[in-house]
Amino acid sequence: MARALRIKDHWREQQLFTGRLLASSVMVLGLLGLVMGRLIQLQVGQYEYFSAQSSGNRIRVQPIPPIRGLILDRNDKVLAENTPGYQLEMTPEQVPDMVDTLRRLVASGILEAADIPELKEVIGTRRSFDTVVVAERLTDEELAAFAVRRPNFPGLEIRARLGRSYPYGAATAHLLGYVGGISADDKKTLDAVEYAGTTHVGKISVERSFEANLHGTSGHEDVVVNVHGRKMQVLDRVRSLPGRDVILTIDMAAQLAGYQALEGKRGAAVAIDPRNGEVLAFVSTPAYDPNALSAGLSRRAYLALQEDIDRPLFNRALRGQYPPGSTIKPIVALAALHYGVTTPERRVGCRGFFTLPGSSHRFRDWRPEGHGSVNLYNAIEQSCDVYFYSMARELGIERMGSFLEAFGLGAVTGVDIGGEGQGLVPSPAWKKKAFRQPGARVWFPGETVIAGIGQGYLLVTPLQLAHVAATTAARGQRFQPMLVKALRNPATGTLEYEAPTPLPPVPEQDSAWWDAIIEGMHGVMQGPRGTARGVGLSAPYPMAGKSGTAQVFTIGQKEKYVAKDVAERRRDHALFIAFAPIAEPRIAVAVIIENGESGSKAAAPIARAVIDAYLKTTT
Amino acid sequence: MNTPQLNISLGPRSRVEQGLLARVLRFLHLDGWLLVGIAGVLMVSLLALYSAEGQQLKELFDQVVRMLIAFGALLFMAQISPSWLRRGSPLVYGLGLVLLILVLVTGDIGKGAQRWLDLGIRFQPSEIMKLGVPLTLCWLLHERPLPPSFGVLLLVVLIVFLPTGMIAVQPDLGTAILIVLSGAVAIFLAGLGWRYILSIVALAGAAMPALWLVMHDYQRKRILTLLDPASDPLGAGYHIIQSKIAIGSGGVFGKGWLNGTQGQLEFLPERHTDFIFAVIGEEFGLMGGTALLLLYLLIVGRGLYIAASAPDTFSRLLAGTLSITFFFYVFVNTAMVMGLIPVVGVPLPLVSAGGTSMVTLMAGFGILMSIQTHRKLVAR
Repeated sequence: MARALRIKDHWREQQLFTGRLLASSVMVLGLLGLVMGRLIQLQVGQYEYFSAQSSGNRIRVQPIPPIRGLILDRNDKVLAENTPGYQLEMTPEQVPDMVDTLRRLVASGILEAADIPELKEVIGTRRSFDTVVVAERLTDEELAAFAVRRPNFPGLEIRARLGRSYPYGAATAHLLGYVGGISADDKKTLDAVEYAGTTHVGKISVERSFEANLHGTSGHEDVVVNVHGRKMQVLDRVRSLPGRDVILTIDMAAQLAGYQALEGKRGAAVAIDPRNGEVLAFVSTPAYDPNALSAGLSRRAYLALQEDIDRPLFNRALRGQYPPGSTIKPIVALAALHYGVTTPERRVGCRGFFTLPGSSHRFRDWRPEGHGSVNLYNAIEQSCDVYFYSMARELGIERMGSFLEAFGLGAVTGVDIGGEGQGLVPSPAWKKKAFRQPGARVWFPGETVIAGIGQGYLLVTPLQLAHVAATTAARGQRFQPMLVKALRNPATGTLEYEAPTPLPPVPEQDSAWWDAIIEGMHGVMQGPRGTARGVGLSAPYPMAGKSGTAQVFTIGQKEKYVAKDVAERRRDHALFIAFAPIAEPRIAVAVIIENGESGSKAAAPIARAVIDAYLKTTT
Repeated sequence: MNTPQLNISLGPRSRVEQGLLARVLRFLHLDGWLLVGIAGVLMVSLLALYSAEGQQLKELFDQVVRMLIAFGALLFMAQISPSWLRRGSPLVYGLGLVLLILVLVTGDIGKGAQRWLDLGIRFQPSEIMKLGVPLTLCWLLHERPLPPSFGVLLLVVLIVFLPTGMIAVQPDLGTAILIVLSGAVAIFLAGLGWRYILSIVALAGAAMPALWLVMHDYQRKRILTLLDPASDPLGAGYHIIQSKIAIGSGGVFGKGWLNGTQGQLEFLPERHTDFIFAVIGEEFGLMGGTALLLLYLLIVGRGLYIAASAPDTFSRLLAGTLSITFFFYVFVNTAMVMGLIPVVGVPLPLVSAGGTSMVTLMAGFGILMSIQTHRKLVAR
């Protein structure tokens, strides 16, 4: 209705519009005046001030990178430190001919041709007056080679910088990780201001997981520089604060004993203090030289490491997953006692094989002639397979699985470095999900039987297995494995301790049952017919252990496993868990040697060596 | 009211009285004064870009190509008579809306913001709305009695905030603000009552705290650094600090073309796009900066003159809105570069490198020229 009443009055509307146009013009002139005024204020009023900042001497804010914290073992032995080294740096704007310069650097052996594309990319992302690192950690030869040719390389300079070094080299490689140049991916997650002057960042393991503590706080320096970028005068300086020293739970004596015993083999050894979860040794072999990696490997050398068939970059202790073999027999025995399936006294006859009712398939014992009539103690001591086939069948997979999970298998242990393998505890429900073909999705009774001796789908990491050994030693008390004991402020020396984290204990309170399996494990080491008697008998302390041998491939029903006939990489994995002293266990160990054939012969001596080294230094 | 139709019939009289240049301009529906202003600004642009982009002829050539394409858009729009344009306005708006929705659903991510649409060529649909919103508002207000009633005002609000809402979430706050400004200009010119204007200003003031809450962190940081750039000299304050150093150190006469240390040594970020005014201020000084502002004033003044002498409501409103909005573009960018207002990603019109926004601007000038030249033809 309003529209009908109001008629367009063109003359009045034009008057209105003209008025508004005039008002707008005034506003335009006003705002233009404001801009002009600001321009005059900046260029006339404050000219001197801005001119001083810009032309001639320019003020620059230069970040001062903090000094990275040290990494030490539990006895204050230095495992990672910062040492001065020489590196070659380039200021791109001062290089007359980049292509020719790079070519001549390759010719003089300082640079590899394969690294040039990456270097060019880095140069492209920086401002032309910022320095770029061309080669890190020059050797004495390289240093000398460059020094004599220096006049031919304008724009290149040698500078001393702190670099990361690891005194124990490969022995601590998988434990500590290494540092490396900050990559484009790292940049996305790092604070750009805090890392403005930092060149390296932790890439893996402790160096990475504790990066925030190790790095420290960046400082900065406001400097007056001349046209060529030379520092003329320091105006203001905010010092950087060094990073925290990270003190590990590792005992270097045990670590070195483990590494030396494993060197040349593919395997892992992990030792844990059963009283609090502190990791005492954490070894994975083969390893790499973290000093070389932190100094910056050439592309070719890195690829060689990556493609090595022995996988030296792979952290077996943390991520390797293996069938546990007979090492889980004590757990199966405990489960059987717990559920009333057996008693320590009950005897099972062993004729060298086991059959399920109504089936002719023979589940063979490792000892073809059998062990005769065995009770629980004999079964663990001699690692009788038939006894545990029988226990497994009577327990059923569900009850056995739940007990394995109560020991922490099938889930990450929660150790304080990232990237842990999870392992696997199989169950009928799991199998239904994991397999595609309908025929393979069914759980077969035979799969329960072989699970009783740690074969089949069951997978554990060396860290998990060490956790199992520690849990057994502590009679069911569980602690999250931890590698870092404390953080130390290097300026004040104050220590911040990391508290042990208790985990839900194994639901078995009856100490008689624990005594039974531990006595069996004692028998393995020091009993009359123990499988690892040869290793344990000479120990000056009572120790408990259990060997394991895990099949890598299946042999036929009628065949016999003969190690010398089997290709090296298809031989059985050797495993061993142990702890000592039995009355008050202070160390529990798990050792795995890929294709090591025999747990008691190959792996047990290594466990003994680690325990010896640790108990010798601590009383 | 009848708007005269386009007909190019130059009588013999005009042929005698006018020089060759004037006849060519008239034949092409171009306006001489606007062309002089635009050409002047484009010349400044080429000088500044050559300096800011490290004296690379290839980059310069690319920009010349973009200028020619944009001039094509100007030429095209100048041929469309205002009455045709008016009828097509809702179509432009509708198309813009569809494309904006497409961007929200499928858009390319550029610099962390989702603004680009890839239809063979990549472009930002928000640019269409820089013209689509003023066109549609003028179309709406054309037939209605002025000053606009409350009902019309509600429609206006809907037309403006539907697209700007979508643009703001992309997030492209700068463009959204400029489009809202163009809507405000249109209804202001249409004679919106002062009572409304005061209430809107009061409401906007009250809405500030709420706006603060919905802003992205980087947007808040920009406002905080405006108040105290020194609080974060390595981070968000860097742009403003370096830009002010560049302009201030230029002084009255500038450091000379290609001699600006701030720009040439790359202290100044985004120097060929949003911060190119700082390059001009550093190298050409107060003289150069003033000359550029005067060229802009010539363009805006001529636009306002065209608005004042336009024959009907649609043309008047549109010419006025486009001219004043153009001025706002200039103001927002220069004020931002000199640290008067927070950093919003808005280029300096016709000068910053980049194609899409220039095409839109030049199309707008084509509309202004169309309004001017079609009126004169008929008046004779």
